[in-house]
Amino acid sequence: MNPESTRNQTSKAAPAPVTARRVIICAGTGCVANGAWKVMKAFEEQSAKAGITLHLQMKPEGQAPDGLTLTKSGCQGFCQKGPLVTVMPEDTLYTHVKPDDVPEIVKAIVEGTVVERLLCTDPTTKAHFSGQKEIPFYTRQQRFVLKECGFIDPEDIHEYLRHDGYKAARKAWLEMTPEQLCEELLASGLRGRGGGGFPTGRKWDLARKQPGDKKYVICNADEGDPGAFMNRSVMEGNPHSVIEGLMVAARAIGADATLVYVRTEYPLAVQRMRKAVEDAEKMGLLGPDAFGTGRPLTCEVMEGAGAFVCGEETAMINSIQGGRGMPSPKPPFPAQRGLWGKPTIINNVETLVHAVRIIKEGAASFRKLGSEKSPGTKTFALTGHVVNTGLIEVPFGTTLREVVLNIGGGVTNEQGKPDPKAFKAVQIGGPSGGCLTTEHLDLPLDFDSLRSAGAMVGSGGLVVMNQKTCMVSIARFFMDFTQRESCGKCVLCREGTRQMLALLDDVIEGRADANTLVLLEKLGHAVAKGSLCGLGKTAPNPVLSTLRHFRGEYEAHVFDKRCPTGQCKALAKPSIDPEKCRGCGLCLKACPVGAIKGERKVAHVIDEALCIKCGACATACKLGAVQGI
Amino acid sequence: MHTNDHVSSPARKFARVCEILEQHERKPSRLIPILQAVQEEYRYLPEEVLTYVATSLQVPPSKVFGVATFYSHFALEPKGKFVVRLCDGTACHVKGSLPILDAVRDRLGLEPGKTTTQDMFFTVETVACLGACGLAPVLVVNEEIHGQVAPQSAKKIVEDILAQEASR
Repeated sequence: MNPESTRNQTSKAAPAPVTARRVIICAGTGCVANGAWKVMKAFEEQSAKAGITLHLQMKPEGQAPDGLTLTKSGCQGFCQKGPLVTVMPEDTLYTHVKPDDVPEIVKAIVEGTVVERLLCTDPTTKAHFSGQKEIPFYTRQQRFVLKECGFIDPEDIHEYLRHDGYKAARKAWLEMTPEQLCEELLASGLRGRGGGGFPTGRKWDLARKQPGDKKYVICNADEGDPGAFMNRSVMEGNPHSVIEGLMVAARAIGADATLVYVRTEYPLAVQRMRKAVEDAEKMGLLGPDAFGTGRPLTCEVMEGAGAFVCGEETAMINSIQGGRGMPSPKPPFPAQRGLWGKPTIINNVETLVHAVRIIKEGAASFRKLGSEKSPGTKTFALTGHVVNTGLIEVPFGTTLREVVLNIGGGVTNEQGKPDPKAFKAVQIGGPSGGCLTTEHLDLPLDFDSLRSAGAMVGSGGLVVMNQKTCMVSIARFFMDFTQRESCGKCVLCREGTRQMLALLDDVIEGRADANTLVLLEKLGHAVAKGSLCGLGKTAPNPVLSTLRHFRGEYEAHVFDKRCPTGQCKALAKPSIDPEKCRGCGLCLKACPVGAIKGERKVAHVIDEALCIKCGACATACKLGAVQGI
Repeated sequence: MHTNDHVSSPARKFARVCEILEQHERKPSRLIPILQAVQEEYRYLPEEVLTYVATSLQVPPSKVFGVATFYSHFALEPKGKFVVRLCDGTACHVKGSLPILDAVRDRLGLEPGKTTTQDMFFTVETVACLGACGLAPVLVVNEEIHGQVAPQSAKKIVEDILAQEASR
């Protein structure tokens, strides 16, 4: 059905019957935090009031012929605008829905109208967008991994089956040989989406060739990069696609056991993955006789316990075996000798979901998007100082400009308003990655171009930063993170990151001298060289990359003892401009330590001895009279 | 339910640990899930329980202790009734998570270096990333997520809990 035409019909002519409608409430972590369950409850109450039969689950064969169907979905990606409510088949997307808005929406459904005030609007033209097919945030994306996340009920296996679910797994188990599966993967050019970008087909093929009956497939869902939540959204929104990916991989290498290692910080993802495994077992997809082939296949969901390093393959294996999550040297690669000494492949959530599509539609179809060496699409978590924060998926090779300015809707200033001059940098790849600046706006995002720019795709966290962000502080933030997360095995990682953090503190707190930056750079290269695993190898990246692109900012801290953005408290010298201050008293009230003195309507002053440089005065002042912080 | 009953009654305490051990067939490879289940029960990992687990699994206590201290999710000190976790992931950090932490700590009168209040009501900690970056900055109280928090609204969240508890 063409949603465009339906929408036009409904706004002009006879309304579609209530019974043909389906309401989808986004139940991703973001929308739930914003009150999605309350909205859901309000729908139940209002439908009862209006005398409409409400179905809270789809029937195995599809939508119920009587009444209104109300289901939840996984993350639709537009987190900032949540809770999101979609009315199908018109594809009307309501944003920021509160329980009080529900009576109006139910009325609109009955009458076949639209509640315009809840639609997404263009910030400049004020035009209303009806739904995902019109909102630029969505239309500029190409969603494959996230395609079904936004509308299917993640806890309903039948709905997944109706959308061609487990078709690839069936094909893999009943129609294809392991050799053919690996060949298809190699032909697709799929590269691991967890950060490294290693060709998935090669990994699979290596494991396939290993002798022995006992092999394992592990799904790496230990998405530890701060600022990234793509894997969480896929597990919460479409958990069956992850299981299907595991099934395809298991068939390709001849494994009979699979395991999903999920971060403990993602309770909803854990819960939905476990439910999905149970349902797949009940359907006979998993279990002693997968697809009636007589071959067993199990799937276990294990929760991590909060260690970033466990995202590294060998560390994860040690963690699954009940030990400390410390990496081991490679080779032997896990594909040769992994979990319990058996051949094991470890793939990221997104990689597995891509593999499902490759088997379903073929390598050629997958290669249609993306670049030659980085084919396909990639999900990114777009966050920070940007108008539209959320989850996006674009082909590799898309420029940073398209992502940040067009899909993201532009950069915001410190007041949270869009400001074309506010763009400073984008941090990509988390604690392993680097910064991209205005000079990289037209850089196509893919594995190789990013590496040559001193950054990396990583897991895909894109944190946009505006002019008020201090790059030295950001480098310190990541160094603090890696320093804490270093497992302690390699001396240079354990001690080197600590010393790098201390040097950064010297810079931020005004103790640095000309030697500090030289030492920081030298040490950075040493840590990268002297560490066993990816954590240590890439830990210096945020520092080296900011030193490369924002050296002037470091030098201002070191030589002028000044933070150009005013973020570094130790270097701040707050004062009140007597010309601008009208003595309104807002700053005086906001000051938590009583460091501000002044009579009403007379310019106020800050007592430096008492000031703790918290910046509350600057935030409170409406005239911009507080300077230097 | 999280109550203090287990802590006060040693017999019952170990009964529950035994149940957990049985569920995991006393396999040393299940150590992490076992510790997770124990912590779920007691809100932290009491030392005597750790040694008990080690003996039951027939592994050295140092191994159990090593695992318990390696992972940040495991706590060796009791936590408060309300665990306030402030996300300090990149997105939350650039949107100002640290002033929120200061505000909450200040409101609860936590001294430097302390994370739990004297009355065992609140534990305040930061976490690396909760993956709710679209809502940054994020604050979580037990399981409840609050998005787009500011220092003032964070204080209000704490005050609401205090008021709610006082009226009980």
